[in-house]
Amino acid sequence: MNPDNTTAQGTPAEGELPASATRNACKLCSPLGAAMVFKGVRSCLPFLHGSQGCATYIRRYMISHFREPVDIASSSFSEEDAIFGGARNFEQGVENVISQYQPELIGVATTCLSETIGDNMLGMIKSYQDKHNSSGPPLVHVSTPAYTGTHSDGYYGAIDQLVRTFAKPMTAKIAGHVNILPAMMSCADLRHLRELCELYQLSPTILPDYSATLEGSSWGEYHRISPGGTSLEEIEEMGSATATIEIGHTRAYLKNTPADYLEKTSSVKRHALGWPLGIRHTDQFVTSLSQISGNRLPESLKDERGRLVDAYADAHKYVSGKTAAIFGEPDLVIAQAAFLSEIGIRPIICATGAKVKKWKQLLSSEIEGGVADVEALSGTDHAKISARIRELKPDLILGSSKGYPIARELSIPLLRIGFPIHDRFGGQRILQVGYRGTLAAFDRVVNALLENKQDTSETGYSYL
Amino acid sequence: MKADEPTKVIQVLDDRAAQVWTKGSGEAFVCDRKSTAGSVTQRACAFCGSRVVLYPIADALHIVHGPIGCAVYNWDIRGSLSSGSQLHRNSFSTDLAEKEVIFGGEKKLEASLLELIEYYKPKAAFVYSTCIVGLIGDDVQAICRKVSKKTNIDCIPVDSPGFKGTKKTGYQAACEAAYKLVGTGDTSGISKYSINLMGEFNIGGEAWMIREYYERIGIEVVATITGDGRVDDLRRCHGAALNLVQCSGSMTHLAQLLEEEHGIPLKRVSFFGFEDTAQALYTAAEHFGDPELMCKAEELVRDEIAKYTPKIKAYRKELKGKKAALYVGGAFKAFSLVLALRALGMKTVLAGTQTGNAEDYKQLQDICDPGTVIVDDSNPLELAKFVLEKEVDLFIGGVKERPIAFKLGVAFCDHNHERKIPLAGFEGMLHFADEVAKSVLSPIWKFAPRHELRALKINTQIADTESP
Repeated sequence: MNPDNTTAQGTPAEGELPASATRNACKLCSPLGAAMVFKGVRSCLPFLHGSQGCATYIRRYMISHFREPVDIASSSFSEEDAIFGGARNFEQGVENVISQYQPELIGVATTCLSETIGDNMLGMIKSYQDKHNSSGPPLVHVSTPAYTGTHSDGYYGAIDQLVRTFAKPMTAKIAGHVNILPAMMSCADLRHLRELCELYQLSPTILPDYSATLEGSSWGEYHRISPGGTSLEEIEEMGSATATIEIGHTRAYLKNTPADYLEKTSSVKRHALGWPLGIRHTDQFVTSLSQISGNRLPESLKDERGRLVDAYADAHKYVSGKTAAIFGEPDLVIAQAAFLSEIGIRPIICATGAKVKKWKQLLSSEIEGGVADVEALSGTDHAKISARIRELKPDLILGSSKGYPIARELSIPLLRIGFPIHDRFGGQRILQVGYRGTLAAFDRVVNALLENKQDTSETGYSYL
Repeated sequence: MKADEPTKVIQVLDDRAAQVWTKGSGEAFVCDRKSTAGSVTQRACAFCGSRVVLYPIADALHIVHGPIGCAVYNWDIRGSLSSGSQLHRNSFSTDLAEKEVIFGGEKKLEASLLELIEYYKPKAAFVYSTCIVGLIGDDVQAICRKVSKKTNIDCIPVDSPGFKGTKKTGYQAACEAAYKLVGTGDTSGISKYSINLMGEFNIGGEAWMIREYYERIGIEVVATITGDGRVDDLRRCHGAALNLVQCSGSMTHLAQLLEEEHGIPLKRVSFFGFEDTAQALYTAAEHFGDPELMCKAEELVRDEIAKYTPKIKAYRKELKGKKAALYVGGAFKAFSLVLALRALGMKTVLAGTQTGNAEDYKQLQDICDPGTVIVDDSNPLELAKFVLEKEVDLFIGGVKERPIAFKLGVAFCDHNHERKIPLAGFEGMLHFADEVAKSVLSPIWKFAPRHELRALKINTQIADTESP
C-alpha cells in the first residue's frame, strides 16, 4: 500500500489520475540550490530574502542530509514588509548577520515572496553598501523564485552570479590553473574531482566546493561558519585559469553559462562535459585534463580504469538486460542513464521534476542503444513516477530517499543517490565520479540486484 | 578573527539581549516577540505552524496552495502515526508556476481539489494559503465554497501565509480551520466522563498509549486532536465533557473556542515524565469528582510506576550529575523535560523554547535551578555558546539543534515531532531514559576534540600535582 494511490478509506484509488495538482514533488525549490552553492564559498553566509519559513525549512532539509550545521539567515518578513517591501528588514538582517557571523561574503537568494512584491535586490544591496561606505563584506544576489524553476536552477544560478559578480577579466594565465564548475554532487565527488586534477599537476578552483563545509570534522570550539570552501580571492582569479570544465549535460547546450562568460571575458577555454560517471564520460573528463595540463594519463588512473573494465567483465551477466527507473535532478538522471546503458542496464524510466526542454532528445544523446524503450518524464512528480513504475516494474530504482514508498510497495531495490537522502547515512559521501567512483557505483548496482535475487530466492545460497 | 576559525567568544545580539536570562540575575526577561531579521532563528513561519497542527488529521486532504517549496519540505517527515488512513502522508500542492502567479491560481486550485477529492475520497479538505496566495489575490474562500458545493465535501481554507507571523500565528489559523468542523457531528452516546486529548500528535503512537490509560480508568476519549485525527471525531468533539490540552501553544485557541461556545472546561496537562503523566490522569479524575475514577487512576499510576521504576533507577545511577540543555518548541514541554531530567538525576543548565509565552516562562523559571540560562527564540550561535560555557553533556532538541551538539561532542536526544519513538506516558519515560543513556553513555565521545582537550587538561593537572 502506498499513500499516493490509496483512498482515505484505505481502498485502492481508482479512476483518472489527478493531473492538475503536484502530488509528492520530485523537485525542491530554487533557493535551496542557491544556499548549497553559497555553503561552498569560504566564510559565506547564505541569506534568504523572504519569510522565515523558507530559510528554516531549507536548513532542516539540508541538515537531515548532510548532518552538519547549516545556518541560513532570513530577513523574516512580516505582514507589513510584504506590503511595503522588505528593505528595512533586509538591512537589519544583514547588519545582524555581520555582527554575529563576521562573514567574508553574504550570499543573498530571493524567494517567491520578495520576487512577487518586486523588491529590487540590486538597489537594496547598493543602498546598503553606499550607506556603509562599502565597508563590510560584499553581497551577491541570485534571483530564485520557486515558481520559475527547481533547486537545480537555483544551484546553477548561484554559480553564475558568483562568477559574473566577482571573477575579474584577466589576460595573464597561470599555467596549471583550471576551474571546475560541478553539477550538484556529493562532498566525496568534489574531493575526488580535486584529486583527479592534482594527479595531472593541475591546481583547481572548484566552485562551489562544499566538500568540507558540509562534511567536516568534529570541533573542539565552535565555528561560526564551517571551515572550507572556495575563497572569494579564488573566484576573483578564475580568469587566470587556462580552462574551465563545466560539468552537466544540460549545461553543455547552453550559451551564457559562467564558463562561457569566463571564455568571453578572459579567454578561459570552456570544456562542457557530462558528469564523469562511467568509462566513456570519465575518459572524456581525463582527456580534458590531459589537454589542459599537457600531461598524459597517470599510471594510477590507468590502473583504476583497468580494474574498472575488469570489474565490468566479472559482473556483467548479473546486470545485463536489467531495467531501471531513475529520478532526480536532470544532470544526475542523464549521468546515471548514460552509465547504466554503458553496462547493459536499460534506463526505462528517466524522470525529473524540472521542466526540461527536449528532455528525451538530451537523453537520447547519452543512452547507448537508443531511447525507443525509454520513458522520458520531465516536469513530473513522484505519484506519476510511481504509476509508471507500477506499470513497467523495473528491476532497480535509483534516486533519493523519496523513492522509498514505491520501492517498498513493489519490493524493488532502491539505490539511494542524489539529494535528499535522509533515511540512510552517508549520502554526502557517495562517490560517483571518475573511474573509482564508477567502480563504487557499479558494485552498488550489482550488489543491489544480487541481494534482491538472494533475498527472494527459495534456496538462499550464500555462494553466488 | 575570521568567521570560519574556532571561536571562544560568541556575543548575543543587542536586539536579543533581553530574551536571554540567567536565573538569579535579577534581570527582566522578554519573550513573545517577532524574530529579529538575520538572527538565524530556529523558528519557522505561520504556514509551517498550521501545516503541522492539522497534518495528523489522516482522512482529510491537505493541499498547499502556492509554489512548490512550501509543500515539499514537509512531505511525510513527521512521526504522527495513523491507525487507518494514510492520506495525510502525501504532499499535495498546486505548485504555482509563473503564469499563475501573474494571472491567478484559482482555476488550478479548483481543478486540483476536484480531481483529488474524486480520486482520494477524503472526509474533508484543508487548503493552506502560502505567502504568494496572499499577494496575488486568489479568493481561496470562494473556491472552497464552490468545490464544497460541487463535491459535498467540506473544503476549509487555512489562512496561513508565512509572513503573517511565527508558527504561533499558524497554530491560530489551524485552530480556526479545525473549528469549522466542530459541532457538525452527532454527540449521542458519549459518556459523562469524557475528554478530548488536545495538542497530542501521536508521535510514535503516544496518543494510543495515553488514550488507553484513560480508558482503563473509565474515561472516554472522544477525540485526539490532532494525533491519529479523524474528521468525524472533530465533528463531534464538542460532546466531550472536558478538554485536556497538552501542547498549549498549538491548541489553546481551539480549546478556548470550545469553552466559549460549547461550555467545555479546559485543563492544561503534560504526558512527559512520571510526575506529569500521573498528574494528567488525576486532573481528569478529580474534575469528574467520582472517587472510583480517582481510585482507578491511583492504581494505574502505581502499577505503571512499579513496572518501570527499577529500570529508570538503573539509568539514573549512570546518568546522575550530567548536565543537560534543552531547546524545544513550546514551554510546557520544556517544563516537563526539566522534571523528567531531574528524575534521571540530571541537571538542566540551559532551557529554551521557540514560542513560549510569559506565563510559560514564569513557570519554567520557577522550577529551574539557580544559574540556569533561559533563552527565548534562540539561534545556533547562542545555543553553541551556552553548550560550551555550561559544559553540557546532553542536548535535547530537534533536527536543527542536532548538529550543534554532535559537532561539539555532546550527546543528543531528539524530542521533536520528526522522531519516531514515543516519549510520552509512563512507558515513554523509559524510552526517554533509554534515548538519553544511549547517547550520553556512548563510548565514542572520548574521541571528540572537546573531550580529548578536557582529558589532556586533567592529565596535565595530575602530572603537575604529582611532580615534586
